[in-house]
Amino acid sequence: MSQQTTQHRKYEARPPIASVGVIGWIRQNLFNSPLNSVLTIIIMAGLVQLLPPVTKWAFIDSVWFTSADVCKDTSGACWSVISQNLRFILFGFYPYDEHWRPITSVLILFGLFWLSYYRQFWSKKLLYGWLVGLVVMGVLMKGGIFGLVPVETTQWSGISLTLLLSLFGLTAAYPLGVMLALGRRSTLPAVKTLCVIYIELIRGVPLISLLFMSSVMFPLFLPEGVTIDKILRAQVAIILFTAAYIAEVVRGGLQAIPKGQYEAAEALGLEYGLKMRLIILPQALKVVIPPTVSILISAFKDTSLVIIIGLFDIMKTTKTTLANPEWMGFSTEAYIFIAILYFLGCFSMSNFSRNLEKTLKT
Amino acid sequence: MTQHQTTASPGKHPAAIPFWRDPDKLGIIYQALALCLVSLFGYYIFSNTQANLARQAIATGFGFLDNEAGFEIGEKLVQYSAADSYARALAVGVLNTLKVSLLGIVLTIALGIIVGIARLSTNWLVSRLAAIYIEVLQNIPVLLQLFFWYAIFHDTLPMPRMSWNPLPGIFFNNRGFYYPIPESHPVHPWMLGALVAAMVFGYFLKRWAKERQDRTGQIFPVGLSITGLILGLPLLTWLFGGTPTALNVPELSGFNFRGGLNFSPEFCALLLGLVLYTSAFVAEIVRSGIQAISKGQTEAAMSLGLRPNRILTLVILPQALRVIIPPLTSQMLNLTKNSSLAVAIGYPDFVSVANTTINQTGQAIEGVALIMVVYLFISLVTSAFMNWYNKKKALVER
Repeated sequence: MSQQTTQHRKYEARPPIASVGVIGWIRQNLFNSPLNSVLTIIIMAGLVQLLPPVTKWAFIDSVWFTSADVCKDTSGACWSVISQNLRFILFGFYPYDEHWRPITSVLILFGLFWLSYYRQFWSKKLLYGWLVGLVVMGVLMKGGIFGLVPVETTQWSGISLTLLLSLFGLTAAYPLGVMLALGRRSTLPAVKTLCVIYIELIRGVPLISLLFMSSVMFPLFLPEGVTIDKILRAQVAIILFTAAYIAEVVRGGLQAIPKGQYEAAEALGLEYGLKMRLIILPQALKVVIPPTVSILISAFKDTSLVIIIGLFDIMKTTKTTLANPEWMGFSTEAYIFIAILYFLGCFSMSNFSRNLEKTLKT
Repeated sequence: MTQHQTTASPGKHPAAIPFWRDPDKLGIIYQALALCLVSLFGYYIFSNTQANLARQAIATGFGFLDNEAGFEIGEKLVQYSAADSYARALAVGVLNTLKVSLLGIVLTIALGIIVGIARLSTNWLVSRLAAIYIEVLQNIPVLLQLFFWYAIFHDTLPMPRMSWNPLPGIFFNNRGFYYPIPESHPVHPWMLGALVAAMVFGYFLKRWAKERQDRTGQIFPVGLSITGLILGLPLLTWLFGGTPTALNVPELSGFNFRGGLNFSPEFCALLLGLVLYTSAFVAEIVRSGIQAISKGQTEAAMSLGLRPNRILTLVILPQALRVIIPPLTSQMLNLTKNSSLAVAIGYPDFVSVANTTINQTGQAIEGVALIMVVYLFISLVTSAFMNWYNKKKALVER
């Protein structure tokens, strides 16, 4: 029997050489129709035109760790603008000797993110870990206890400010958003109206108007003599803004839960709070994890807007570096660097949410 | 009723549910509580604000709108000078916002559809490039992209004297993008009239063709004839009006260009940044909308003997649009709202003008309120229109 099959295999016709292997792949994916062939040729021609000069500019003619004077003489990219100013771009006006504190905070944050990436670590412990981590980060940044030198929030800047604004923004906005969503789905007309007005009002205006509000109007709202600092005000604006978007996402989750679940909970005699806490919300919030991650991504990107009200996030520290006459004119390099940082952050988060979507679907 | 209950089960069941267990009564209590809290909070803020304003001697109200603005605006669609009122300055700002948003929305949808379809292409290179485009542009904050483009337009492009001149009459330099326009001629209003007439005629032609097709089954080439009308009628008017070909070409005089029209670098950077950023999202929406239509639909249409372009227009698109329109609406609104980032690169949009007004007059509350009202109004009008369109396209079930 086995001999027969081996013999049989000997005479098996092999597929034509042009339909397998590299040639086959090229034919199937690049030249499978006249239009596609033309497109392939045009794109190839464009890439041949474009790639060598860009590579030459970015890698071959570029300088990496030099002073600004050397930069002015090279024809390539001047990455020195990053390497020479890295600590200022990343940490801004945070006292130079205390830079280990924002570094530690950011490392703690990355550790927590790394743990959250793997689903086998998902448990209540991780949640508490996040809460503890956030508090530790806040204490590290602020100082004043455990012998840490206190650092005014006005000196918080660079990447730590960006991360703090987006993270604390989402953490605080999440419960608020869930409450707003529950309010919007409520049968009580007054509560529902208030929530609808709030959500639609916030979603209808740009974040920048809320940031303006926080910088020029909040001081007027407070009684005489009471002031809150600028970062906290911007943070409040971001929280109020993000909460409205989370509310809409959570509402989607609530609507996705079949009515039978609500009725079953009621049939068990659970009152509203218990019904929501034990039956509905655990299911609804799980459904909306992926869209919640996209809100985290936009919150992360939106923190760059605080530059407009004069906070020193990573974008502002970069612009400050570029305003220095010594480094003027290297904005392309500097912006590419920040774009890569933002891209890595957002891309890994969106990849995470895409994977999650796949696993949650099954 | 209560008597009946008490007589039926004396002692065992309480006569009435205590109010803390009665959902109806609890509901009323909760609502009253919520309203009280909100109005207390509002009153607290209001009284604080009143006291603060009184202390800082800031007048309230919108009276300042009639005062002289005293600042120039670089770009304007209507007449404006520094001697005009704040109200007029703000109106100029609103028009600038609308200009960049409308132009941006049109370009975004066009580019988004192209990239979205390219993402689904069977050509590996095309779909990879589209994927890279989408991933890169989605994941970089729009403000950074605006700064980047502004830096390119403002720092990297040459001085007017050494303008980049890709086509005769078209100039790129760090003062903006200059292009020629036809010299004004009496035939132009007529051409516009012809265009409007062609559109009106096309509308009725479409109705007639549909009615005829319903009646007789004969197909009239509507798309082709309407395109012909819209292009042909103005062209005919132009031919009969004496074929004026004179162009108003921008020319270098002194340090800058005269003649033609131009877009400022701020406007170019803002438009380009917004369009590239938003079109990445639109492309994803278009892709998922097309993918949401099951393959069976295409196959069924093919087995009915429809031609490929009819399959697209009659079967796939109407269904895909239903999936596409709601998220597309929110992207259009996002673009409009993001246009407020103009303030960061110095394009005089509404927020930028309002910000200047706030800084000059100190009328922070009124200024921010105006910003919110204008954007809310734009949002509401856009979503009302899109809801109407969506309803028109929605699946009509029994």
